[in-house]
Formats: sequence, structure tokens, C-alpha cells
Amino acid sequence: MHEMTLTELAKGLKAGDFSSRELTTSLLDRIERLDGELNTFITVTRDQALAAADAADQARARGDERPLAGLPLALKDIFCTRGVRTSCGSKMLDNFVSPYDATVVEKLEAAGMVSLGKTNMDEFAMGSSNENSFYGAVKNPWDKSAVPGGSSGGSAAAVAAGFTPAALGTDTGGSIRQPAAFCGVTGLKPTYGRVSRYGMIAYASSLDQGGPMARSAEDCAHLLGAIAGHDLRDSTSVARVVPDYLAELDTPLAGLKIGLPKEYFGDGLDPEVERAVREAIGVYESLGAKVCEVSLPHTHLAIPAYYVIAPAEASSNLSRYDGVRFGHRCNAPADLEDLYKRSRAEGFGDEVKRRILIGTHTLSEGFFDAYYRKAQQVRRLIRQDFLDAFDEVDVLMGPAAPTPAFDLGAKKDPVSMYLQDIYTIAINLAGIPGISVPAGFSGQGQRPIGLQILGQHFAEAQLLNVAHQFQQATDWHRRHPSLDQETI
Amino acid sequence: MQWETVIGLEVHVQLATQSKIFSGASTAFGAEPNTQACAIDLGLPGVLPVLNEGAVAMAVQFGLAIDAHIPDTSLFERKNYFYPDLPKGYQTSQMAQPIVGKGEVEIVLDDDVRKRIRIHHAHLEEDAGKSLHEDFHGMSGIDLNRAGTPLLEIVSEPDMRSAKEAVAYIRAIHAIVTYLGISDGNMAEGSMRCDVNVSVRPKGQEAFGTRAEIKNVNSFRFVERAIEFEVERQIELIEDGGKVVQETRLYDPDQDETRSMRTKEEANDYRYFPCPDLLPVMLDSAYIEHQRATLPELPTEKRHRFENSLGLSTYDAGVLSATRPTAEYFEAVLAVCGDAKQAANWVQGELSGHLNRENIDISNSPVTPEQLGGLVSRVLDDTINGKAAKQVFAALWNNEGQSADEIIEARGLKQVTDTGAIEAMIDQVIADSPVQVAQYRDADPEKRGKMIGYFVGQVMKASRGTANPQQVNGLLKQKLDEA
Repeated sequence: MHEMTLTELAKGLKAGDFSSRELTTSLLDRIERLDGELNTFITVTRDQALAAADAADQARARGDERPLAGLPLALKDIFCTRGVRTSCGSKMLDNFVSPYDATVVEKLEAAGMVSLGKTNMDEFAMGSSNENSFYGAVKNPWDKSAVPGGSSGGSAAAVAAGFTPAALGTDTGGSIRQPAAFCGVTGLKPTYGRVSRYGMIAYASSLDQGGPMARSAEDCAHLLGAIAGHDLRDSTSVARVVPDYLAELDTPLAGLKIGLPKEYFGDGLDPEVERAVREAIGVYESLGAKVCEVSLPHTHLAIPAYYVIAPAEASSNLSRYDGVRFGHRCNAPADLEDLYKRSRAEGFGDEVKRRILIGTHTLSEGFFDAYYRKAQQVRRLIRQDFLDAFDEVDVLMGPAAPTPAFDLGAKKDPVSMYLQDIYTIAINLAGIPGISVPAGFSGQGQRPIGLQILGQHFAEAQLLNVAHQFQQATDWHRRHPSLDQETI
Repeated sequence: MQWETVIGLEVHVQLATQSKIFSGASTAFGAEPNTQACAIDLGLPGVLPVLNEGAVAMAVQFGLAIDAHIPDTSLFERKNYFYPDLPKGYQTSQMAQPIVGKGEVEIVLDDDVRKRIRIHHAHLEEDAGKSLHEDFHGMSGIDLNRAGTPLLEIVSEPDMRSAKEAVAYIRAIHAIVTYLGISDGNMAEGSMRCDVNVSVRPKGQEAFGTRAEIKNVNSFRFVERAIEFEVERQIELIEDGGKVVQETRLYDPDQDETRSMRTKEEANDYRYFPCPDLLPVMLDSAYIEHQRATLPELPTEKRHRFENSLGLSTYDAGVLSATRPTAEYFEAVLAVCGDAKQAANWVQGELSGHLNRENIDISNSPVTPEQLGGLVSRVLDDTINGKAAKQVFAALWNNEGQSADEIIEARGLKQVTDTGAIEAMIDQVIADSPVQVAQYRDADPEKRGKMIGYFVGQVMKASRGTANPQQVNGLLKQKLDEA
């Protein structure tokens, strides 16, 4: 059962092949058996999961036909869950039990889904390797010497490891798509505003977006349908009808115009990744798509602009962690200044501190125009690059990350880590949707490679269709790491 | 040297919305600490603000009331600083693009001189909570009930030249916001708080002197006192060869002085930037016109109408239009009795005397305007005399009757105008006061005028106040002078 897709599991539940309790129990047992080493979960909510599974089984017995009822999933520990610790991967919130549910959590519960627990992540979603977690690094299930990517590394690795058929992640600069690529799962970052951010702990508010990570594009379509939509509690969520994401999955791709941004195939791209991506594009050509080169001329400015805007917003968003009302508080503060300084010095990790410092600096008097205002101008140019490209083509394709998963501890220098997001970050700045789908493996170490597909604002249905057609023609997404033999 | 004072004011007005500016929690005053603070007000991880449309409407109404430009787009920004009663570590406010642009307010000074004070802008922002320093040994308590309460900060140009002008300006702002119903204007509960910028310069000099900002002054009287103290301090300082430093000061009403809080060097860098959680506020002309249509008659318009159409004195028109409840009360009395001068006299005389004595607000007056109007009508049609009218008023005040007519009837206060009845009472008084009658008749005619008061009093007493005083006077004179 741990290798089945959500779609298959839903059929099994409906046919009565197994109950939600059986399914949930089996996954919880597997997590208990195998997660000690992988460290994909921060908190496993066994009792709540079994209670939810029982409720779903009982509802089904009474004729409940909600398609997702009784299906398990995991939540990145950035989503607030009532009565359950919500740590955001930080010592700062190690003691924080949320008194409320995030909107997406409410929606998934209303759909009858069963949360297995909260997955590991880079602290406050800041990182590309999941090594910045207070709860320790996550290992890549394909190769335990490799990182799973980040910041949604726990979610990606949990899906790859067969602990859960699906998980929610968040993506501020690639944090769904890059770990999806590293772990060989399918991950979708929706259009900014498509999914409510209420109850999703903020890193960089104008970039953050929650989205599904699963074993197929079809599964992502199921989940996106469940979590998308306007939320009166999030002013930046968009009041726009949520289409049936399953309806267009089978549309043939003949005549689809694919653009390859030349800037995404330049220096720094690992040859094995390039080979896999080009082979994937070959598959699309065989499905009738037309391929051409396009240019996104401001691509080189995306990382600098991001590392001004995201830390600026973060420096403000993280000011609430002051030791006064919740979260970590230092012992016996001498005075207010001491309370602030020590609580924050002790509660935050290095990368979080680094970004708070950067953001505080760039917003300071005398620097604001040179940094923040300039970065916003660059952001508009980057967005315009994409709009111009979409005048020519339907979707853009390229690698999700410049390399396959790298070794744990390999990247010590922050800037080399930041460069991991070179192909994903511009998408957040532009607000458009992107999906990463498994597209092969590197020869050495069998580490997965991801193809990234980008679409216009609110073109998720088209992205899912394009990804699904690829998965109908290939089986990269049906490969699973063999964890069991190694541990037995 | 002759010095000139220059004053600019920032007035924070608490808007009278039911819920907070970015959350659904109640804004009611006086609840138990932290019972009116929801997850959003507490700044819990993951929460997001949603703008209260009511606060926007109120800000726009204020803008229209001061003839201000209302920009089609305004923006919320974050003002970042750490303070224990500031839950998110930033205050959501407006800076570069406020909701209300430049406008003007007319103030009236004691000598009926009018002056226009320019408004630089007004912007929306959220209030912080309160730090409680008593009752916690070595610690401070935080009450976040007030956190997120909507404020409209009204920033004037430095157009005021005296403490009196500053107070007149605050009164004018108070009148506008209470007329609009966008604030209860209750200064004691902090619904209006002022930051006062004060500087002095040699008379005739154009350049401004260095200013000090006096924070959080919350009564008309304290504003006046704080400015007077601060002006004197600055002049003395300069005349003694010193220099005013730009700083924030605090007014201490107990010591009646201002004290330094922090200098410019210690000032925060607030790192303003647009709040990414809130969309720009876009207002089209249809919305603005809709708000304009809801505006009531404003204090200045009302004052002009009271003076010009109702024929009240400038002073009366000013007092009766000063607050909306007073104006409404007066107009309700007038609607019943039809005589503006009498209505004005009663509202400002007997009624406001009683209200002041018992410290009751006019909107809670035990005598309704309908009752008072009924009373004034009976005076106007001579049913009762002035003396009886005061008795009727007292009875209404003490809730001893439903209406003036009922009390007049029950107590037999109807004025006696029957000449025969009055003559009978006069004859009795004259018969009972032989000594006084003799003194009167011996006196010079000039002195008699004063002495007649005694007999009038006796007759009025005999009539229990109901005799028509003019008639009593005339008849007495006749009878006493007869002999």
C-alpha cells in the first residue's frame, strides 16, 4: 500500500479492499519502523490519525462519497494545526501548540483526509537542503548520504519513502519543486493567491504559497482541488473559481507550444540533469508538442532580487518571536532588552539570523531605495519576462534544480546554497505556477532528477494536464527507493 | 526679544467600529485584560490581517468633512519596532500613501476670530496594547484588548501660533469626528490622544525653530498646559544661550511640566515597507460619492445656520453647535417650542446648569428635549411664569412627572391672571403689612421702586408662585400709590 498513489488508494477504499484504519495503521507502522533514520517527521499524530481514519470509515459505511475521505497525508510543520505542536522547524516554536487550524488544514479535514503528522523542514522554510532544521537534517530516501532538498524536505522524503501518499509543502523560492526533484516526487507550486496562506507560518509573505507533493500529477490535481480557493481570512487570496483540475488531465498535447528558456540551460547546469531534461522534452515532442527556445533576459537578477525581498519581509514577519507571548523565552531575563536578545539568539538558528540581518539592513533608512525599491523594480521586469514568453508559448520547461541531490554537509557556503534555487526563484517573484515531475536519475548514486514545467497565472489545470500526459508516457514517477531490504 | 510659538498637532482618533481594524475582535472599552484579543490581535504564527471596511468608510467621511483630497489608491505599510505591547513587532500603518490627503479645518477663537488650519494628511493605523506596570512584582503585564483598535491619525501643518489655537483646533477635530459619529471622542478613555509639536522663533523670522514633540497628551486642558510650559522652557533655554534639541518629551500633569523621553539620536529607524499581507486600498469615485451622501450637517455649517437663519448670537451658535448631542438636543427642543432664542436660553441655562452640577452628559439627560420643549412652550404661551417654570423643570429632572403639562396640572402651577383674584391677595398683603406700607408711602418716589419688591414677593408667596408677576407689579403700584 505504501507505493500506491492517492488515486489508487481512493479506489481501494471505495472497493472495500482495505479500510482507512488499515491503511493508516500500515503507514504509521512503516513510519515508526523506518523514519528513525530518515527523520522526515517532526511530530507523528498517531492517535488523531486513527480517530480520523475511523471517522472516515464510519462515514463511508453511512454512504459518504467524498473522494478524498479516509486518505492519509502529511503536513509540513509550517501549517498550524489545532492542538498539535507547530514548530516550523525551529527551537523558537518547539513549545508552540497552535490554538487554531490553517485554512488548508480545515479544508483537508472537511474533505475527510487523515493527517499522519507534521513533516520536517528547514527552519522557517529558509533553506534548500533541509539541514537547517532544529530537529536535525532529513536524509534522502534514495541515497541516505544525500539531502532531500528543502525547505519542504520532510514532505518530499516522506512521500518518496512510502510513509504517506501525499503531503503539503510550501514554496517561497523553490521549496516544493526542488525537494520534489531531489526525492523523485511530483510537486506543484500554485499561482500566488490560489491557495490561502492563513495559518501557514509566514516566511516571505509576497512569495509564500502552499501546494501539494505526491506520487503523480493526478494526485496533485486531487489535492489542489481540495485546498485551492478564495479565503476571506487571506486578503491576498484571489476570488476566482476553482476549476475541476481532473477534467483536463487527459487532453492530448498535440500542438502544445513549449518554450525552453535559454538561460535555464547555461553554465552551472549539471550535464546529467540537462540530458534527463532534454530526453523528457523529447517525450513531449513525440506526443506532438512543438518546442522552441525563448529568453527570460532578467533571469540573472532573480537571486539577488529574491535575497533582498524575502529577507526584508522575513525580518518583519519574524519580529513577533520575541519571547513575550509564545515560543521560546530565555531563562530569567534581566530586563526587556535581555529578554529580546537572548530569546531570539537562543531560539533562531544561523540561517534565520542571517536572513533577519540581511532584511533589517536592506530596509534601513538610507538603504531602502538601493535595495528594496530596486528589487521590486527587478521583480516587475522578471514578471514581464514571463508574460512576454507566454505570448509565444503555452508552457516553459527546464530543470527544477541545477544538480541532482547533493551530499549532506556538502554546501557550507550560504551563497552556493542560494544558487540551488536559480531555476525556481524567479517563478515566485513572478507569481506564476510551476510543477516539478520526476524525469530520470543521475548515473551515480541513483539520485532523482526533476523536470520543471511553468505556466501562466492560474494555468494549474494546464500544468497538471501537461505533467499527467508525461506520466502516462513514462514511469519515472512509479520508481520507489528500496528502504525495506536495507533495514531488515 | 518677541517670540512666536509654532505648533503642529498629530491627533489620534479611535474610530467607532464594532470590531478591530484587521480582525473580528470587539473594540469595546473596559473589558477584562486580554479577553478581547483574538489570534490575529495576539500576532500568533500564521495569522493574517483583513481590513475592516468600516474603518475605511470612516476615514473617507472624515476626509470629505475637511474638504480633503481622497486619493484613489492608499497603501498600508509596516512600521517595525520592538515593544512588549506591540504583538507583531510592527504596527500596520500608512506612510507614503495615506487614505486622506490635504484638507482644512476652521477654528473659532474666543474673540470670534476665525482661522483655517491646514491638514497635511490623515492615515489609518492599528493601536498597540497596554503595558501594566502595577500589580506585577518585578514584571510587567500586557493587556492586548486595545491592540488592533482602528486609529485615524490626523496630522496638521504647523499652523497654530498659541496654546489657545491648538485647543480650539482639537475641539474642532473633536466636533467633526463626533458629528460624523466616527468616534465617541471620549478623551478620558483615550479615544483622542494628541502628539504636540512645539517650537519657538523670533517674531518676524520665517525659518522654524527646532521642535520638541510632546507625546500622548489626552485632555484639552493638558494640551494647553503642556504647550505653555514647553514654550516657556524653550524661550528660557534660548535666552540663556542654550539650544533646543529635537526630542520626544512627555507631559506630566502632576508636576505640570514636560520631560525628555528620548532624543533624535536615540530615535528608532522604523524600516517602513509596504505590508505584503494587505492589498492597496482602491477607492472609486462612486464609493467616495456614496460616502459623501451619508455626511450629516457638520459643526461649521451648523454654527453658520444657527447664527444666520435662527438669529442666535455668535456665542450661542458656537456653544450649541460644539457637539453633536448638544446640537441635536437643542434642535429637538426647538422643533417642539418653535422659539430658537428661548430654546437656546433653556438649554444653556437651566439644563446645562443641572447637567454640569451632576456631571451628566447631555445625551443622558434625565429631561428629554421633548419634555423641555413642552415646558418652554408653556412659558411662551404664558401658561406658567418663569418661577413656576423652574419648579416644573426641577420636577421633570427628578422624574416626578411625564410632561410639563402634567406637572403644571397636578401642582396647580398655572399662572393666575384673574385680576380679581390677584387684587384679593394684594389687599390681604397690604392689610397684613401696616409697617411696611407706611414706610413705602413715606418714601421718595425714586426709592419706592426698590421697596415694592417686598410686596411683590409676599403676593407671589401667597399665590405659591402662580400669580402673573407683571400683573402683580402693576396692581400693587396702583394700590400702594392710591393713598
